Amino acid sequence: MLEIPVIRWGKPYESLETTEVVHFNTGESIAKVHSANGGLVTRDMRTASKSRDALRQFSCAQLIEKIGQAADLFENGTLPLGDGTQSPDEFVRHQSASTGLPEHMCRSNMTKNSFVMRNMTEILQCLTRGLDLDILTRGYGMENRGVVVSYQAQTPVLGAVLPSNSPGVHTLWLPAIPLQMGLVLKPGSQEPWTAYRVASAYKEVGIPPEAVSLYPGGHDVGSALMDSCPRSMIFGSQNTVDQFSGNPRVQVHGPGFSKVFLGDDCVDNWEQYLDMMVESVYINGGRSCINASAIYASRHTLEIAQAIAEKIGPKEALGPEDENAGLAAFTVPGMGKAVWDMVKEDLKADGVTDCTEKYGDRLVEKERCSYLRPVVAHAESPQCPIASKEFMFPFATVVKCPQEEMLKAAGPTLVGSAITEDQAWIGQLTDATSIDRLNIGPIPTNRLNWLQPHEGNIIDFLFRSRAYQMSEARVAALV
Amino acid sequence: MSTIESNLQSAISTARERLDQHAYEMVQRHFHESTGCPFWLEKKTSFNFDPLTEVKNYDDMKKFPLFEDDWLRGGPVERWKMNDMKDQPTYVFETGGTTGVPKSRVVVNDFRDDYEIFSDTLPDQYFPRGGNWLMLGPSGPRRLRLAVEHLAQHRGGISFCIDLDPRWVVKLLKKGQMDQVKEYKKHCIDQAITILTANHNIKCMFATPKLIESLCEGLDERGMTMTDTGITGIFSGGTEFTPQWTRFCVEELFGGPAEESGIFMTPTYGNTLMGLACSKPVTAAEKYKISYYAPQPRAVTEVVSFDDYNTPVAYGETGRVKLTTLTPEFFVPGFMERDEGEREMPFETYPWDGVSGVRPFHEIASGTTVGVY
Repeated sequence: MLEIPVIRWGKPYESLETTEVVHFNTGESIAKVHSANGGLVTRDMRTASKSRDALRQFSCAQLIEKIGQAADLFENGTLPLGDGTQSPDEFVRHQSASTGLPEHMCRSNMTKNSFVMRNMTEILQCLTRGLDLDILTRGYGMENRGVVVSYQAQTPVLGAVLPSNSPGVHTLWLPAIPLQMGLVLKPGSQEPWTAYRVASAYKEVGIPPEAVSLYPGGHDVGSALMDSCPRSMIFGSQNTVDQFSGNPRVQVHGPGFSKVFLGDDCVDNWEQYLDMMVESVYINGGRSCINASAIYASRHTLEIAQAIAEKIGPKEALGPEDENAGLAAFTVPGMGKAVWDMVKEDLKADGVTDCTEKYGDRLVEKERCSYLRPVVAHAESPQCPIASKEFMFPFATVVKCPQEEMLKAAGPTLVGSAITEDQAWIGQLTDATSIDRLNIGPIPTNRLNWLQPHEGNIIDFLFRSRAYQMSEARVAALV
Repeated sequence: MSTIESNLQSAISTARERLDQHAYEMVQRHFHESTGCPFWLEKKTSFNFDPLTEVKNYDDMKKFPLFEDDWLRGGPVERWKMNDMKDQPTYVFETGGTTGVPKSRVVVNDFRDDYEIFSDTLPDQYFPRGGNWLMLGPSGPRRLRLAVEHLAQHRGGISFCIDLDPRWVVKLLKKGQMDQVKEYKKHCIDQAITILTANHNIKCMFATPKLIESLCEGLDERGMTMTDTGITGIFSGGTEFTPQWTRFCVEELFGGPAEESGIFMTPTYGNTLMGLACSKPVTAAEKYKISYYAPQPRAVTEVVSFDDYNTPVAYGETGRVKLTTLTPEFFVPGFMERDEGEREMPFETYPWDGVSGVRPFHEIASGTTVGVY
């Protein structure tokens, strides 16, 4: 069994408190993870500036190159982890065993993370709109259009309270190191693996270890991290979103309520888009905030719901090693049943049709875990409570709604895929501030282009663009 | 059996005999018409046994039903006053009370007696006689605030205190107003630092783990450390007192063990119903393990099975903490604390059972709101 210490600015720290990470299916202990206490984080953050100082010994370009090398190690190398090592296959098995995600999904999330690490140059070029990254290092400089600009770092480190449910979200904090900002991470209790493996790969390729801290632990650790990091991101429920909404120090990632919108001009051809809708709902076990939880159309809605149900309703709960496994296990005792009880209540409401009912029981309870098989509902109107629900398994409601009412009725939407050629409506969709990522065309909601910002541009979050005036002589020296 | 083991065995037997005798005497006192309080004298009529004739030792205490702390809610509070203490000046202390009627305990001398006994356990080197104190904990109708003041006075010092209303903090937490909680905590720490930097020669302090941590953070923001305040002795308490936190506090907030930093901290476990359980010395060698021992025979803590509250678990095993209070003015026969922990062996200083690893009882832990202190 691996023993994984707390990492304080690159140095291992053995706590007197540990938690065991166990295999969800067998109960076998996989790792003993040391738990930090909140005070450690607060204490360490007093020297956070040293982390950025260490990174600024390298240019952004050099760090990007190192991260490219780290991507290969992350994906293919056997890396040190705690008191042992971890191969890529072990990483996949460990992650699957603790999160309940099928192994092939863990492998695919691994590829997603290494893709971002490997393509950091292009990603940062897009996020900075082509800015010379040395300007971020220095804090000011001359843009290629001959204008002096200044981007002031708002923090020496990026903090993150990471989730356990979807290993794909780690892509969001990966740009911090090449931007010469340290990382202060609280890994998810069930998913310490990605954060530790990235840190290990970074160390192997010569990124200063003192730039990274990893604090597994309880709620007090998360609170201390959020309090003491000038910029941090957190992943959580709608309550978490509400708590941090409007806080400029925090980028909060909650439920996605991602949706597919079928325009009146295309809806009669809905069958053409069936696979795209199925992928949006079903991929990655339906666990991501970028999975569609609702599909809006003005007509054919019951037929659409039944067609999606026919595709995914029969899906069975398969073992984590099975390449065909499409469902993730609920590894927290009682959670699957609790979620199913909520869904059942919503399915009973007037105007709601359970389109997956005929494909058998949805709740599958095993000895140590449970699964929920896909649920597709039809709602006669957006007012049905189920229309605004999102759950951590393949779940979607097909909602009947006139096109002109859709944007108002749909509410907050992380990813909105609109299938339409109606230019006027495209204009309204583009203007809708309730939609974060907008796809025009039959693009599955889960297919993110990493060259685009996600829930706010991380450059704008970490740096402040401000006025910076210099004497003519100093400007001339910049050229 | 070695001499040490033999001596310990003898001390354990003596302590047990003393507890049996004390239990008998206290039951006689609390259930005799001339001395007992109206509550227990009335309650006696509902028992199917006579406490005066059928309780002869501590084991016989099992005959009493478990104490329900709800009995302490509401008035008339005089029903808890001993018949032979009616004319003595009486305090009332409250616990809980964020919403609804708080639990009340009347006290004549108990808090003084408990803290004078506790005082004997404090090393004079770090808690100097005549040194002044800071009570960095809850104010208002609480036993702790007055008890610390008495402790300071008993040791020849004067106790300073701050305004801290924990009920308001719990309300803020329940409403999710975390910013307000932080502001309130800062307000408390500001008061403490103002006192500590005003030349009052404060050498000793009571504070909870959270407030010690916040105080150190507040001092750090001002470029100071705990050493700079002149404080050398701290007694503390609360279920957040974990070995890891204690290690963090000693190593990082204080700068090392007492011999190096000059700051000695002793964890305690207690509440309004019991008094104060002391801890076995906490050391790095024992991985900062914290074991509490009740002030027997005035109070007894047992670690009992989750399934049967009359059966102690084996040494080292986990169970729920059961409290019995047997003072001349307060009788609590078996109260199930909201905590669990591991049963600890007797040792020379405290030749009776202790409890370690105290934490909220797992069945109710999720419903517990831990406040600012």
